[in-house]
Amino acid sequence: MERTLRDWRAITIFVGPALLLFIVILVIPIVWSLGYTLTEGSVIAGFHFVGLSNYARLFQDSAFWSALWFSVKYAALVSAGQVFFGLMLALLYSFYLKRSSVLVRTLVFLPVVLPTVAVAQLFVKLFAITPQYGFLNSFLHAVHLDALVQPWLGQGGSAFWVIVLMDVWKAMGLYAVLLYTGLMDIPEDTLEAARLDGAHGWKLTQFIILPLLTPVIVTSLIFSLNGTLKVFDSVLALTGGGPGTSTTPLTLYMYKTSFSYSQYGYGSTIAVALTLLCLIVSLIIIRRSRED
Amino acid sequence: MTRIAAAPPSTRPGRPRPFAERLQSIPLLLIIALVLIVTVYPLVWMLLSSFKTADEFSSGVIWALPKSFSFDNFVRAWTVGKMNLYFLNSLLSVIPSLALVILLGVGAAFGLEIMRWRLKTSVSLLFLLGIMIPIQMVLLPLFTMYFKAHLLDTRWALILTYTVFGLPTTIFFLTGYFKNFAREIIEAAIVDGANIYQVFWKVVLPMVMNSVVTVALVQFFFMWNDLLVSLTFINNPDLRTIQAGLLNFAGQYGQREWGPTFASVTLAVAPTVIVYLLLNQKIMKGLAAGAVKG
Repeated sequence: MERTLRDWRAITIFVGPALLLFIVILVIPIVWSLGYTLTEGSVIAGFHFVGLSNYARLFQDSAFWSALWFSVKYAALVSAGQVFFGLMLALLYSFYLKRSSVLVRTLVFLPVVLPTVAVAQLFVKLFAITPQYGFLNSFLHAVHLDALVQPWLGQGGSAFWVIVLMDVWKAMGLYAVLLYTGLMDIPEDTLEAARLDGAHGWKLTQFIILPLLTPVIVTSLIFSLNGTLKVFDSVLALTGGGPGTSTTPLTLYMYKTSFSYSQYGYGSTIAVALTLLCLIVSLIIIRRSRED
Repeated sequence: MTRIAAAPPSTRPGRPRPFAERLQSIPLLLIIALVLIVTVYPLVWMLLSSFKTADEFSSGVIWALPKSFSFDNFVRAWTVGKMNLYFLNSLLSVIPSLALVILLGVGAAFGLEIMRWRLKTSVSLLFLLGIMIPIQMVLLPLFTMYFKAHLLDTRWALILTYTVFGLPTTIFFLTGYFKNFAREIIEAAIVDGANIYQVFWKVVLPMVMNSVVTVALVQFFFMWNDLLVSLTFINNPDLRTIQAGLLNFAGQYGQREWGPTFASVTLAVAPTVIVYLLLNQKIMKGLAAGAVKG
């Protein structure tokens, strides 16, 4: 028994290929990427060592700070939106629809599995102004609110909100199912006892359900922030980062720096900043939830 | 939202509900209707619009139903828009990646959870690290590697990247399932003289097949919906995957031609919608579990 389960050749056969590929394609490149941050150049032009100057540049680069600000602002709003609407939907599923919520759950979840690029094309048409009015502008026109007709995706301010709206719309079904599962795990006895003590409606939600659901909410937030800080597809497909750089997150700034301007060293430095941001956000939330 | 937990005692089957209570459920029905409209209507609008002619777009009302169900836009998207090619390219990179990620992932999870060796915790943690790392962190070194190995502009660049980025979650999911696997069954098989490979193929694998399918579905969505990887490593227009193709298509013709754009978007979402309609419960469970652990 022990010998069979400790057979090193079998272990190598089972774990070896995955581990090897993982190290070559992910672990080594991580280290390599850190090395790039100390250089300037590209594959074609060659690299030369520049010490920490890429990091110095990062601190003085206003485009970096505005991309960072975009990413943070966007991630905070979208995560809050996804988890809030997810929670509302989950409460709807479990306390109003109960067992018959399957159909609603299934339909609300559908956008989760759709490709972001396709969804973004759809939203481009919803908010278009040229060559023809999109859905929203047509609607505003029809109800004689022509003053509100505008290029929703052509101006930084409103484009930001369209991106937020789309990503909340797309993913709230996922968080709804997640939180619904969490709600299902709360024992009926606990709820019954609270009801006997006179807790109903909002009071029950506030004092019993939300505290018990906190771990799932925290997990949802971590997952959502981790995903939204890496936003790329939706922005690229909706606005391409524009107009100007008004809707450019870190990921897109990193991509353009690396592939449009062939600055691998600086691109890697931005990637390191992004990675740190993701790690820090996860750690802060995990720690805070432990303290609670 | 103030009566969330009210459990009306009179909802027992067979007894008609009092009028006041039915009145109360009207706002609720409105909320549900609103939720469904917000979720489903944009998709219905997209599908219906893909049948419209250019004239209908320029002169008609944007939410009107199409006058006829002509497939012209689909034909244009499929041939002129090269969606046929992009579709095939996506299939040819996603299917091998799925096969690889499952094969390697199941093996690794088995080795990490069922077998006994000293470094297994460290190796598990190493794989876990992969979940936290954004793909941007390794994009440039991978570009260099693939460039030097002449893998840029080949499907191998996509297959390798998809496989490796699918491994951490696959392994994480599956070690979770293996954890709950009854050890007595494995022990009994070994006592009966089965070797470790027979235990894997004949005992364990058939029993976790259900979970394997779930994991494969989840990975399918990540791979099929990917844009970043294919955009980075594929430059040749004839090798583009469906998402990169769609981005390009919309950028090039989309401003003028609404019909084919809607048709191509519909084509791009069709496989995921079909798979989802067939297996939605499994997919919801899988993606939600992935979210909790990710």
